[in-house]
Amino acid sequence: MKIIAIVALVALIGIQFIPTTRNQSDVVPVTDFIATYNPPKEVESMLRTSCYDCHSNNTKYPWYNKIQPLAMLLEDHIKHGSEELNFSEFGDYSDRRKKSKLKSFIRQVEQDEMPLESYTLIHRDAKISKSEKKLVLNWINKVLDSI
Amino acid sequence: MKKSKSILGVMLLAIIAFTLTSCRDSKKEDDHEMDQDDMEMEHDNMEMNNSSMNSSDNMAIDQDKSATDIIIVNYLELKNALVADNTEEAKTFGAVLANLFAEFDKSAYSSEQNKELTDIIEDAKEHAEHIAENTIDHQREHFEILSKDVADLIAITGTSKKLFQAYCPMFNDGKGAIWLSEFKEIKNPYYGSKMLTCGTVQKEI
Repeated sequence: MKIIAIVALVALIGIQFIPTTRNQSDVVPVTDFIATYNPPKEVESMLRTSCYDCHSNNTKYPWYNKIQPLAMLLEDHIKHGSEELNFSEFGDYSDRRKKSKLKSFIRQVEQDEMPLESYTLIHRDAKISKSEKKLVLNWINKVLDSI
Repeated sequence: MKKSKSILGVMLLAIIAFTLTSCRDSKKEDDHEMDQDDMEMEHDNMEMNNSSMNSSDNMAIDQDKSATDIIIVNYLELKNALVADNTEEAKTFGAVLANLFAEFDKSAYSSEQNKELTDIIEDAKEHAEHIAENTIDHQREHFEILSKDVADLIAITGTSKKLFQAYCPMFNDGKGAIWLSEFKEIKNPYYGSKMLTCGTVQKEI
């Protein structure tokens, strides 16, 4: 019993040394979604707190980001999320892709698939209320029509 | 002593829980990869069928037109899977299409057409990939944009296939959606058995 505990503890300490890359950048690129389309204040803060952590090149890391295996899990989420939609590089997408990204945005937010539940569980402020949802979707729809 | 033992126990449980969750995640990815391998194999088979089908008149058909034709054949299979509410088959053809788009050779086109084609194919590939890994509702949402992409692709490359462009006014919150079909008769891929004959033919391609 004691031996198992010690082995597990050593393993837990051991995996702390697995390195992770951090998704952070101070520079706001010209291709940034918010910088390009200038959303109203409420929408902007919503996008930043509820979307940008995984869907941009700049993540605000939570306190547990250096603890394994959570750090690996986070890294994986962020990598996948920014591959799927990257607001920092939005301006690099073709118009066709911009439209399809925004269509998918609307659908996923409408059906409460985004932000992910596993994310809002810890980031309580990232949860979107019904009225906020309406506000952000209205605005995204306007952007979609303008492209 | 007893107390320290129980503390150790709790710690151990926590560690096991962590390890288990991380194991499960990586296992899921393995499964996923295996699925993809299967699909790729299937894709190879299908491509072989297609090329053997085309080989006799390959000389006559322009290379690029036949690349579009193979995409259309598999797009129509996907469409028919959605008409039949068959998620699994739609997944298979989503993966096939994703590969076909990835392999599409656009070097024969002018630089302007090339750019347009790059945009279309990049978008279409992404939607095909999503169709390969989603539930039927999502497959249909992605199919809507994919259909638009395929129609725009045909507008540039042309096709030797006879097709009909049909329109479903209800889908996408009443904004409407098109699809392409080999039949004049309406069989709606957006609602399947729920509303099979809903829609109109817009034009012949």
